[in-house]
Amino acid sequence: MTLKRAVRLLSIPVLAIFLALVVGAVLMILSSPLINGLDPGLPLSAYAALVSGAFGSPDALVQTVVSATPLILAGLAVGIGFKAGLFNIGGQGQFLVGAVAAAAVGAAVSTAGGVVAIPLALLAGVVAGAAYGFIPGFLKAYTGAHEVVTTIMLNYVAIQMVGYLITGPLRAQGATFARSPSVGNAALPVLFGSNGHLGVLFAVIAVPIAWWLLFRTTIGFEVRTVGASPDAARYAGMRPRLVMMLTLAVGGLLAGLAGAGEILGISGYMPAGYSTNVGFDGITVALLGRANPIGILLSGLLLGAMRAGSNLMQIQAGVPVQVIDVLQGVILFFLAAELLVRRIFRIRAARVQVDELQTVTRSYSSQTPK
Amino acid sequence: MDFVLHLPVIGLLLQFVGYLVVVSVQNGNLIITLATPIGLGALCGFMNERSGVVNIGIEGMMLTAAFIAWYVAALAGQVLPAGTPGPLGITLPLLVGLAAALAAGVLVSALHAWLSITVRADQIISGTIINIVALGITGYLGLLISQNSPSSAGNFSSLSLPAGVDGIPVLGWLLNTVIEHGPITLSMLVGVVVLQVLLYRSRWGLRTRAVGEHPRAAETVGIDVIALRYRNVLLGGLLAGLAGAWFTIEYGNSFQGGMTNGRGFIALAALIFGRWTPVGAVGAALLFGVADALGTAIRQGPPTGDLGTFLTAVPPQLFSALPYIVTIVVLAGVVGRSVAPAADGQPYERESKAT
Repeated sequence: MTLKRAVRLLSIPVLAIFLALVVGAVLMILSSPLINGLDPGLPLSAYAALVSGAFGSPDALVQTVVSATPLILAGLAVGIGFKAGLFNIGGQGQFLVGAVAAAAVGAAVSTAGGVVAIPLALLAGVVAGAAYGFIPGFLKAYTGAHEVVTTIMLNYVAIQMVGYLITGPLRAQGATFARSPSVGNAALPVLFGSNGHLGVLFAVIAVPIAWWLLFRTTIGFEVRTVGASPDAARYAGMRPRLVMMLTLAVGGLLAGLAGAGEILGISGYMPAGYSTNVGFDGITVALLGRANPIGILLSGLLLGAMRAGSNLMQIQAGVPVQVIDVLQGVILFFLAAELLVRRIFRIRAARVQVDELQTVTRSYSSQTPK
Repeated sequence: MDFVLHLPVIGLLLQFVGYLVVVSVQNGNLIITLATPIGLGALCGFMNERSGVVNIGIEGMMLTAAFIAWYVAALAGQVLPAGTPGPLGITLPLLVGLAAALAAGVLVSALHAWLSITVRADQIISGTIINIVALGITGYLGLLISQNSPSSAGNFSSLSLPAGVDGIPVLGWLLNTVIEHGPITLSMLVGVVVLQVLLYRSRWGLRTRAVGEHPRAAETVGIDVIALRYRNVLLGGLLAGLAGAWFTIEYGNSFQGGMTNGRGFIALAALIFGRWTPVGAVGAALLFGVADALGTAIRQGPPTGDLGTFLTAVPPQLFSALPYIVTIVVLAGVVGRSVAPAADGQPYERESKAT
């Protein structure tokens, strides 16, 4: 990759982040009278606290990596879908199903040795997530039901399912609030820092595997061809239906792994009201990373750093953590309005395979693949 | 086929239908009240999608409008005299809040329209942006504001019929269920009829359907596709604004972060389940309301006998999940099929002028 191409490739994401920080700064200044009186310097102190909360100490760095882990996995789940021309908004549901399955199996084998308990609990999360991702894939392949709608609906079905399971059959006896029993020996070992758990490694390993699958295998080639042109893929003897089901199932697998990692690696049990925005965060990560595994790794780390640092920002500068959601949305806005960013900074389009992102949602009327 | 074996099932089914009717009749007023934001949200989606613009940002639009309605009404309450509330509890600050909510709905819709029609960005991503930013910014400001000046301008009240009307058999119930509501709910009930008639009986409706199904053909007969899409998306914003205002100045009188709690997505489900028509969408919202009321009724006072044993064994979460499940089912065409407007989600690009 030539330097010139790298600059073109990175220019839009970097500018989108920069512009989002500017918008965030304006919001902070405008709202500063509500915090500690009008203070034009608030963005500086807030961003300084954000950076020190994310990178300022070994503990902060661990926290950044741990926060980035589910984001990277969810980002890959969305990004792989993009490559096949599918928009997986179901990360949230797949994450929850994976988490609750890992919590259930983890609790059931909590007294077994870790060598047995951990793989079993992880496997449960991964299989449940993959199965939940397979449903929209199957519906899309054989009935044409658009995955955007079905995955959104499945998110809410998953929320209700978790509510039922944790307040009902999975409820821990004697706990003061509705939660699943502790996962005991199925908890992931802490490898570094205070909570740098084994799950971090899965995210790190998933990135090269996803890259290899997408760019060095036949099935990856099929996925990308179906994404670029389903008709051409069919003409070439490829199997769009199989690719749809496989891609969404793999996405579900990754999101389920993220859910299992959070339960087994951090909380050790699942509360009834477990809520997560990881599905939508994954969309931001995937778009910011241009649907490329390595880009997703970087953007996942960036967003993880923002999440990790936001607590210190709230404590030190008094800026509520919700500002991170605003920044994330604004980043997405400038990525979507790429045209606008190019016009502001007078840069030319990078000739990379990002065009497919703009044609993801051609239509959500039913189009059953032939 | 052992016919006798099936009899108890049929008996149970009939009992269930009877129970369903009783629950719906008893809770009619509440069902319509709670269906209001979902129905209005679905009508907003209708305005977008029938003209070919996918909108999954209804949730964010409603949340923004809910916040604006509450905050602007509270601010207006500090400067404007509240006076004695008029009919339906209408005061000047509340009207100012309502107007601001409508404006907010239109403004957020303008962003969606601009991104999806002019910039031709991915419409799903545009909706996602709206949801994320709305959740963040209203949560952020809501937190900061409630720390400083927690105040409220109150809320609209329901229309009250003269005493005695409720006592009239059937008619009394009907009036109570359909008429005794706040202004926003009443405007949904009127709006759905108006939109349904306009969609199939007016020039605007014909053009909207044409633009949503086949924009190229519409353009060749002289319809300005871009302008019509803009107009409909902005008008849809008014409906999302109304839906948002319902949360903070009609049903309740305060704002909490994330208070729409997924109703924008149920609205999307209602739109699809109602096959992209106004009456269908609002009907679906009401049906979802019945399922919800059923879940509550079973928890509070289950029917006696076998039916009670059976229904209390069903997890209440199943009733809450029902709207989403039936939406997937109709979208997949397992039982009847719901088909989106053909050009839904496709950005329109004019053919370049001949040189």
